[in-house]
Amino acid sequence: MTPAIEVKQMHKRFGAVTALEGIDLEINPGEFFALLGPNGAGKTTLIHILAGLTLASSGSAKVMGHDVVTGYREARRLLGVVPQELVFDPFFTVRETLVIQSGYYGLKKNDSWIDEIIHHLDLADKANTNMRALSGGMKRRVLVAQALVHKPPVIVLDEPTAGVDVELRQALWRFIKQLNRDGHTIVLTTHYLDEAEALCNRVAMLKQGKVVALDSTQNLINSISGASVRLRLSPNTLPAVLQPLLTSQADGYYVLTVKEYSEIEGVLAALRRAQVQVLEMQLLQPDLEEVFVKIMGSTESQEAA
Amino acid sequence: MTGFYTLFYKELLRFWKVSFQTVLAPVLTTLLYLLIFSHVLEDHVQAYPGVAYTVFLIPGLVMMAVLQNAFANSSSSLIQSRVTGNIVFVLLSPLSYREIFLAYVLASVARGLVVGMGVYLVTLGFFEVPLRSLPWALLFALLGSALLGALGVIAGIWAEKFDQLAAFQNFIILPLTFLSGVFYSIHSLPPFWQSLSHFNPFFYMIDGFRYGFFGVSDVSPYFSFAIVVTCFLAVSWLTLQMLKTGYKLRH
Repeated sequence: MTPAIEVKQMHKRFGAVTALEGIDLEINPGEFFALLGPNGAGKTTLIHILAGLTLASSGSAKVMGHDVVTGYREARRLLGVVPQELVFDPFFTVRETLVIQSGYYGLKKNDSWIDEIIHHLDLADKANTNMRALSGGMKRRVLVAQALVHKPPVIVLDEPTAGVDVELRQALWRFIKQLNRDGHTIVLTTHYLDEAEALCNRVAMLKQGKVVALDSTQNLINSISGASVRLRLSPNTLPAVLQPLLTSQADGYYVLTVKEYSEIEGVLAALRRAQVQVLEMQLLQPDLEEVFVKIMGSTESQEAA
Repeated sequence: MTGFYTLFYKELLRFWKVSFQTVLAPVLTTLLYLLIFSHVLEDHVQAYPGVAYTVFLIPGLVMMAVLQNAFANSSSSLIQSRVTGNIVFVLLSPLSYREIFLAYVLASVARGLVVGMGVYLVTLGFFEVPLRSLPWALLFALLGSALLGALGVIAGIWAEKFDQLAAFQNFIILPLTFLSGVFYSIHSLPPFWQSLSHFNPFFYMIDGFRYGFFGVSDVSPYFSFAIVVTCFLAVSWLTLQMLKTGYKLRH
């Protein structure tokens, strides 16, 4: 099976700055893939290389088997990119913008699909409004719509929900999820890790131009061993026998970490023996954010060593 | 073809939507030149025997308007798209660098011809301007506007900011047009300036264009044609190279 996206030994230098340092990545058709990492990790550079907006220093990238440099026309037809910056052409209305964008991809009669995108992105009552007159959120919707005019099998969204209200975020993800169900490959970058966790089946984490983690979302979360339990106690003292499990303590809450859930029984028994009453108890599931913090932190300490 | 045609159409629409500024304003400016220069110089200057100065001036001003507006169109469109970032919509598309070149240059030709035609039509209401050979006039108008359209693409890509583009316009394009014989026949110049004028490609565009009107010119129209075509090919080659390698567009 041809990968939707295939990146091999990708390097990119901007003068003295190394943005990407040997990225290898394969994303399969139909995946919902997250590209995560702190600012400056190289996510946008990687996307720009896929889109042909930036030329790699070395290495290769393919979209559905088409090289983004030597086969750029085919590669770009198969790729839809929602850029991170809120850009627009102030000369045109929403519909004109979408008709023109279709034309760039060689599509003449695209009205029914344009109507559908406009409907799904809730742009119907703004369709004939000039781009200048739209709010930031509305402009963001048009950017998404522009990336979809040619029904690309691979869709890349670079921080599509940055600074976007809840309503649009939900509408946007509903639409993108439906596109994914229809077989489109989705690649997104976001700083909202809960979004990535809820939507994406696989995750790559980038740091300083390198892939530092690449696995299914579930495997990454499972890699966090143990579980945490948060307790409020009366009297507000933790028995000495439980002190080794304590990981944090604030505002009258104690967070204890155990290797397995079965150990919680032991914790409760110890509390009972000490005649401490449990006022509140909350199990804390490990999440992608925890994985992210751990991976970003651990590579840091490796580098320091 | 649809991709090229769409970009061309978008570029036409871009200037047409603000035609007050992109067509009417330059037509008015050019007519003001005509009014003032003809008033001041009508009785003092005769470029060609039997041709009134104002009538001599008209084709020169028409061509100047054609050239300046052709340059303004591609250069301002590109710099605006680059500064605001919406150039990304063209760069993301499968449009080839040749299609991008053709679309920007042809839209520039269209704007140049529309403005030039506007100036010409207004002056026809007041003056008898002969038109000896429409093909020659049209040929030079087309070639000249295409050359300046391509130069505009270069300037629009090279300039990082609006003031750099203005510098290109004010220090290169404007002096070359003003010193090209729009307002005078170079035969009226001292020998040094006369021979210097022969190094200005704009001189051949104006001179060849004027030949179409009067059947008289400072140099042979065939020679002018050869020079202008050579310049056009050289500038086009450079423009295509810039677009192909993604100079300043694809970092």
